[in-house]
Amino acid sequence: MTGAFLAYEHWVVSYRRLWRASVVSSILNPILYLTALGIGLGKLVNHGAHPLGVSYVTYVAPGMLVAAGMNIAAFESTWPVMAAIRWTRVYHAMLSAPLRVRDVMVGHQLYFASRVATSTGVYLLALAAFGTLHSPYAVFAWPVAVLVGVAFSAPLAAYAAWAPKDSYMAAIFRFGIVPLFLFSGTFFPVTRLPEGLRQLAYATPLWHGVDLARHLTLGTVTWGMALVHVAYLVAFAAVGLWLAERTYAGKLVR
Amino acid sequence: MSEHGALIHARGLTKRFGGLTAVDEIDFDVQPGEAFGFLGPNGAGKSSTMRMIGCVSPISGGTLRVLDMDPAVEGARIRARLGVVPQLDNLDNELTVRENIIIYGRYFGLSRRELRVRAEELLDFVQLSERANDPVEPLSGGMKRRLTIARSLVNNPELLLLDEPTTGLDPQARHVVWDRLFRLKQQGVTLVLTTHYMDEAEQLCDRLVIMDQGKIAEEGSPLELIRRLSTREVVELRFVGDAPEIGPEVFDGKVARVEVLPDRILLYTDDGDALVPVAHERLQPQSVLVRRSTLEDVFLRLTGRTLVD
Repeated sequence: MTGAFLAYEHWVVSYRRLWRASVVSSILNPILYLTALGIGLGKLVNHGAHPLGVSYVTYVAPGMLVAAGMNIAAFESTWPVMAAIRWTRVYHAMLSAPLRVRDVMVGHQLYFASRVATSTGVYLLALAAFGTLHSPYAVFAWPVAVLVGVAFSAPLAAYAAWAPKDSYMAAIFRFGIVPLFLFSGTFFPVTRLPEGLRQLAYATPLWHGVDLARHLTLGTVTWGMALVHVAYLVAFAAVGLWLAERTYAGKLVR
Repeated sequence: MSEHGALIHARGLTKRFGGLTAVDEIDFDVQPGEAFGFLGPNGAGKSSTMRMIGCVSPISGGTLRVLDMDPAVEGARIRARLGVVPQLDNLDNELTVRENIIIYGRYFGLSRRELRVRAEELLDFVQLSERANDPVEPLSGGMKRRLTIARSLVNNPELLLLDEPTTGLDPQARHVVWDRLFRLKQQGVTLVLTTHYMDEAEQLCDRLVIMDQGKIAEEGSPLELIRRLSTREVVELRFVGDAPEIGPEVFDGKVARVEVLPDRILLYTDDGDALVPVAHERLQPQSVLVRRSTLEDVFLRLTGRTLVD
C-alpha cells in the first residue's frame, strides 16, 4: 500500500502547480449555481407555494453537491488518465521504479478522491451559507459526495485506459455524464421521468448519491435507505476499481 | 549472483504479441561492470528485450533472470535496483528539473531530505545544476535526455538500461550523453543499451549482439566483430545515376566482397588506397572514399541491409 501513497504523492506535487485556478472555480461554482438556481429559478418554481415540500434551493442544493462530486471525478479520471498512459507517460515512469500497477491505479484514485473531497467540502460550506442544511446529518452528505466521486472515477479510469482515441473522452461526457447530471434527480424528482427512464435513473450511482444526500440535508434519512444507497455505491466503485486495475495492466505491462 | 555470475541471464528468451514474434529465442549474459549493447534496426526486437529486462513485459518463453531474480515473481524488487532510461521521455513537464528527480526518487521510498542532496549531485553530474529551478518543458532534447539519465541514477542502480539513449539528438548533444555514460561505466555501473547507431555501439559497448528480426545474428566486441566479419578497409564509390552491377572479379581478386547499394558500391579490401586508381579507371565513379570498416559493414554483411534507412 505504501506504493500507492508514493504514486499519490506525485499527483499532489503536480497539483501544486495548478491549484490556483481550481481553488477559484471550486469556490465560485457553488455560489454561482446556488444563486442562479435558488434565487433565480427558485422564484419561478416555488411560485408562492412549495410543490416539492421545501424551497427549491433547499431541494436542489444536495443534488448540486453530489453532482459536483461526479463532475470533478469525471474530469480528473478521463483525459489525465489517458495522458498518463499515452502522452506524458507518467504511469510508465512509475512502473520503471518499484511501484506496481495496482499502486499506480490506486494512487491516482486517491488523488481523484482528494480533489472531490476538497471541492465538495467547499460546496457543503456554501450550502450551509445558503441556509439549505436542515439537519446535523447533513455533514454526512460530504462523504457521500466523495463516494459518488469514486463510483465514477474508478470505472471512468478503466474506460480512459481502454479508450483507443481521445474523442472517446468527449463522447462519455456527451452521452454519459451530462445526461446523468440532468436526469438523476439533481434538479427535479425522477418520479417525473417517464416509465423506463425512471428505472434507468434508479440504476445510476448519481441518483443513489443525490437521494441519500438529500435525505441527509433534510434530516429524513433512515438506516435502511442509507445502507442500500451506500452498498450500491460501494459495489459500483469496487467493480470500477477491479476493471481499472485490469485495463491498466493490459496497457502498461505487455 | 547466479552460477554464471551474470547480472542478466537469458536462454531461449522469447516475446510474442499475438501472432508476431518480436524476440525469437535469444541467449545472452550480461556480466557485472560491462557495457553491453543490442545493435539492430527498428523492429529488431531490441526494445521488447529491454522491456522484459525492465520487468514491464512478461516473457512469452525461455528463461530470464535479472540480478538473479525472476522478473515474473520479483519485478518490483528488481526494479528497485535498476535504472531505466526509456526511449520516449516521461519526465514531468510541469515540474522543475530538481522536482523531477525528487519525485522520481520518492517512488523508491527515499526520503525527501536525502533526495535533496542526491538531486544536487546528479544535476551536477549531468551538468544541469544551473537549470535546477527551471521547468522541464523549455529544455532542449539533449538536456531532457541528461535529466532522464540523472533521474534514472537516483537509486544508485547496479544496472542501467538505456533504450536508444541518443536517438533524435544532434551530434553535439549525443557526445555529451556519451561522455556521461562513459563516466558511469568507469565508475563500475553496468550499462545495457540498445541503439541503431553503429558509432554509438562502437563508442560505448565492450560487447554487443547484433539483432535482426527478433534473433541474435552475431555476438562479440565491436573490434572483434569487425575483424571477423569485415575487412580492414572499405572503398565507397558513389555514382551519379544507378550504381553498376558488378562482382568482386572486376578487381582481380584484390576485393574480398562487393556490396551494391542503390546509390553506391562498397568494396571490402585490406588495402583501400591500392584500389582507388583501378576503381577510377574501370568504373568512372563520381567520388571515391576510403574508410575503415565499421559495425555498419558487419550488419550489412550479416543481413544484406543497412542499419539506418
